[in-house]
Amino acid sequence: MNVVRHVLGRVGFYVVSSLFAAIFALPLLWLVVAPFSTKANLSVSLPEQWSLSNFARVFANSFAVRALFQNSVIQAVGTMVLVTLLATLAAYALSRAPIRGRDTISYGLVLFSSIVTGTAAMVPIFLLIFRMGLIDTHLGVILVFTGGLLPAAVFIMRDFVDSIPRSYEESALVSGASHWGMFRDIALPIVRPGMMVVGVWTFVNVWGGFLVPFILLRSPGKMPASVAIYSFYTEGGTPIITLTTAYALLYTLPVLALYLFVNWKYGFRFFGGIKS
Amino acid sequence: MAKRITTLLTLLILGAFSSQAFSQSVSIVCRCVAGGVSSNQVAWMLEYVIPEFEKAHPGVTVTLNQFGGSDEALKQQYALDLSVGKGNDVMGFDGFWIPEFASGRLLKPLNQVAGSAVDSWEGWSHISEGIQNIMGYNGEIYGIANGTDVRMIFYRKDILEKAGVPNADNWQPVAWQDITDAASMVLAAFPDSAPLQINAGTSMGEATTLQGYYMLLLGTGEEPYMNGKWVVRSQGILDTLQFYREIYVDTKYGSQRVQLVKDGRDQSFANFRDGKTAMLVEGDWFYRSVTAPGSEYGVENRDEVMGWAKMPARIPGAAIRGQDFVSASGGTGWVLNPNSANPGLAWEVMEFMNSKAARDAYQKYQPGIAARDDVPVPNSPFLTQTASVLLPLTVSRPNNDDYAKVSEQIQLMTENVVSGQMTPRQAMDVYAGAVRGIVGADNTVDLLNGN
Amino acid sequence: MHKRRTILPLRTGLIFLAPASLFIAAFILLPFFWIAGVSFTNRSLTGVTAANPEFVGLKNYLKLFDLSSFLQPGQFGSSLVITGQFVFWSAIVGQAVLGLILAWFFYRRTGWVKESVQTLAIIAWIIPDVVVAFAWSAFLDYDGGTLNWLIGLFGGEKVDWLLGLPLLSIIIFNAWRGAAFSMLLFSSAFGSIPPSYLETADVVGAGAWQRLKDIILPLIRTHIVTDLILITLWTFNTFSPFLLTGGGPAFKTEVVSVLTYRVAFKYFDFGAGSAIGMVMMIINLAFALVYLSLLRRQEGTR
Repeated sequence: MNVVRHVLGRVGFYVVSSLFAAIFALPLLWLVVAPFSTKANLSVSLPEQWSLSNFARVFANSFAVRALFQNSVIQAVGTMVLVTLLATLAAYALSRAPIRGRDTISYGLVLFSSIVTGTAAMVPIFLLIFRMGLIDTHLGVILVFTGGLLPAAVFIMRDFVDSIPRSYEESALVSGASHWGMFRDIALPIVRPGMMVVGVWTFVNVWGGFLVPFILLRSPGKMPASVAIYSFYTEGGTPIITLTTAYALLYTLPVLALYLFVNWKYGFRFFGGIKS
Repeated sequence: MAKRITTLLTLLILGAFSSQAFSQSVSIVCRCVAGGVSSNQVAWMLEYVIPEFEKAHPGVTVTLNQFGGSDEALKQQYALDLSVGKGNDVMGFDGFWIPEFASGRLLKPLNQVAGSAVDSWEGWSHISEGIQNIMGYNGEIYGIANGTDVRMIFYRKDILEKAGVPNADNWQPVAWQDITDAASMVLAAFPDSAPLQINAGTSMGEATTLQGYYMLLLGTGEEPYMNGKWVVRSQGILDTLQFYREIYVDTKYGSQRVQLVKDGRDQSFANFRDGKTAMLVEGDWFYRSVTAPGSEYGVENRDEVMGWAKMPARIPGAAIRGQDFVSASGGTGWVLNPNSANPGLAWEVMEFMNSKAARDAYQKYQPGIAARDDVPVPNSPFLTQTASVLLPLTVSRPNNDDYAKVSEQIQLMTENVVSGQMTPRQAMDVYAGAVRGIVGADNTVDLLNGN
Repeated sequence: MHKRRTILPLRTGLIFLAPASLFIAAFILLPFFWIAGVSFTNRSLTGVTAANPEFVGLKNYLKLFDLSSFLQPGQFGSSLVITGQFVFWSAIVGQAVLGLILAWFFYRRTGWVKESVQTLAIIAWIIPDVVVAFAWSAFLDYDGGTLNWLIGLFGGEKVDWLLGLPLLSIIIFNAWRGAAFSMLLFSSAFGSIPPSYLETADVVGAGAWQRLKDIILPLIRTHIVTDLILITLWTFNTFSPFLLTGGGPAFKTEVVSVLTYRVAFKYFDFGAGSAIGMVMMIINLAFALVYLSLLRRQEGTR
């Protein structure tokens, strides 16, 4: 009797899991199939002839290729490094130092940032970057993204830092470590999974971000992929399916690769922490 | 020591001057991408304009900034750049953007930017006042138009013939009734078809306002903006909306779905190509570009199966100016950036782009109705015919800086009717309220209630 | 409770905080004050009010709440109603509940099945906006879309998702898109529950549902509130529905972020756009305060 229940349980598990998997995979199926057919339409159908010609045409567009393999990477990696570093420092300070009203600050900043990263703020951002002389530069884009993503990044990091037991740091201090040394040698290694999560999350946001680069960049040679994908649209403003799906697939692969790598090496989850 | 310093200074100054002379550059921007949108224009620029100009002006570099986004996105970038004193020197501009940019002091009249060289240009005598005004506002000229276009009904001779429409080879309706009669015959012969396409809805944007709404409203004897006021309620509006309702809601003469979907315009082109739609109101661009052989919506045996007819008034004589037929025109062109570092040089580039030689060359890449009267259209009876017949009948959009917002309301009004959500009167009342809010009630007039 | 030794003195803490604060001051606070200021003017980018903006006091705000047209399609009131429904169903019911179910289903399990399903959910979350919207446009297409094809397989009739049920479409879309975040958050929350609590439940013989309701949920209340705050704020301001429906048809899916875009970037009316931004800020603040008071209340009863 128990065996039957056990087997049913296992079967049920697999069935429900498959359902979940299907829910998430089905809408994306089309993206994996459409780029390989020369007569792409909106249905998921195996191409009569698997062909790479769409990709060849995409690669012929040198601006789009450069956008993807150079500009997007520069902007995303630059922001990722900056945000991870600054957010970790700030989160550590908010967690460990007796800063008054730190909860209010955390929540308040997330509140501000959610409005200010919307369309209403694009004009003041444009004017600000213009005054700084950074229009049409990668640096301008990186700085704006950093500013916009920091509050939430600090929020996420803080939960990681809060979950670290203070005993390690306290013993380090007792044995005479400097504050900076304690931070660098004890705290950082422990919160590394958190830094990875924030890093990936930042990368994903910048990689897919359209509004900021559109507002701040002008030369086609600096546009990232999120803007360049629109050059595969028709004059009427609809995507040319064959080319856009091919480019979209290429555009998606790097974030996927990054996530899989980080998940494999560090594990991708929130509040890593050590069991106390 | 002093001598050394003087020499150094002199060399530096000379160097600065010479580098000025050698680093003169002009940048052009347009919504055009090689191999994509308006690729013909890119080809003309890169193969003719830039090499020829640089040859004639050694030491000058001309660059083309290809913008690949949507028209709306380009307008946003223009607005941002001009507001902080930046932007490329020569900008591709749609005529109906000019009023709001000019009144916002983002653009300045041509002769204020580049001086008297503009006034003495020979080209002005070859461009009619109507076409000059495409790029004008309040009596000043802000740019030079590329050309203009006209709008008409395109029809499938083969489909009309099979449906038994009389005179299918030279079909020319003289009233709206003729159009619906033909649609009804086509629908009877081909139950799966969507015989008639007159643009409606917000997805098609300005194409709804100019190719759809205008072409109907003009046929009732009205324009959206008359005698200095926006007409917010009138019999003409009601008649137009009623016609929309007839073809999209009461009958199946037109495909309601196509007007509401995001890529509806492309779908309507595909329908015409496939013979599912037999009559479609569009601009001459539809013939020379969209349905040209080899393009995605190219019609097979186009010159045998495709014809064009003048768009009739509601009933003969009911159109504006007492006309029996109507047409509408728009246009794009080039403006000079008032923030340009080299306005004189930028003007020379613009001048060259609009010279007879350059325009003759342009016709080889993209034939169309040219702005200059000394630039014939090579080898295209269609274009010469349509131009000579329709230009005298045509109307262009008002040079008013609220136009873009009112146009949006027009599109919305048609969508409300075509989707069946509102009756024509309800949709018109919503339009009236919205436009009063946009332009101020003092600038509107209600022809139904006489205020 | 033992005395908490300060790990970081205040001064060092402030130094650590400084770089991030600089960025936030420049790119968040400064623009915020600009928006606040402009919301009281009629400033625009083109047209006469670009050259001569004027101070108009509360006019922009009053226009937003003009009762005669408040609930008309395309107006602020109608957009608020749509956004409210959107946030409630796609974030609170959709993302949070779906995330909870996923986290709970795989709780204390390991193996490739769990990894695969979680990875798929996360993939749905990290793919760029444009790509996901594109895929969903195809998925929901009336004629050739996969969803209608599936419905047909099960004997149903095709549904006109994007034109007939647009709000439902973007709700499902957004729930699908963001569930992974809640899933991750709840997973970690579950992971932080000391096993002893659950062992007690086993001893007592409590069923799975009871376990969830009486033991686990109360333990992770703070996490639930954190999740809800974040996803509510994010969903209130998300722009991705625009990529799927463009705010249409006829403004039926024009959430507030899309309305702001239309006002501030199509009409270039910054005064009005900024006013909308400020009102949204206040609404978001209200939500955050409500959530936080729930948090305080729990901590009080502990």
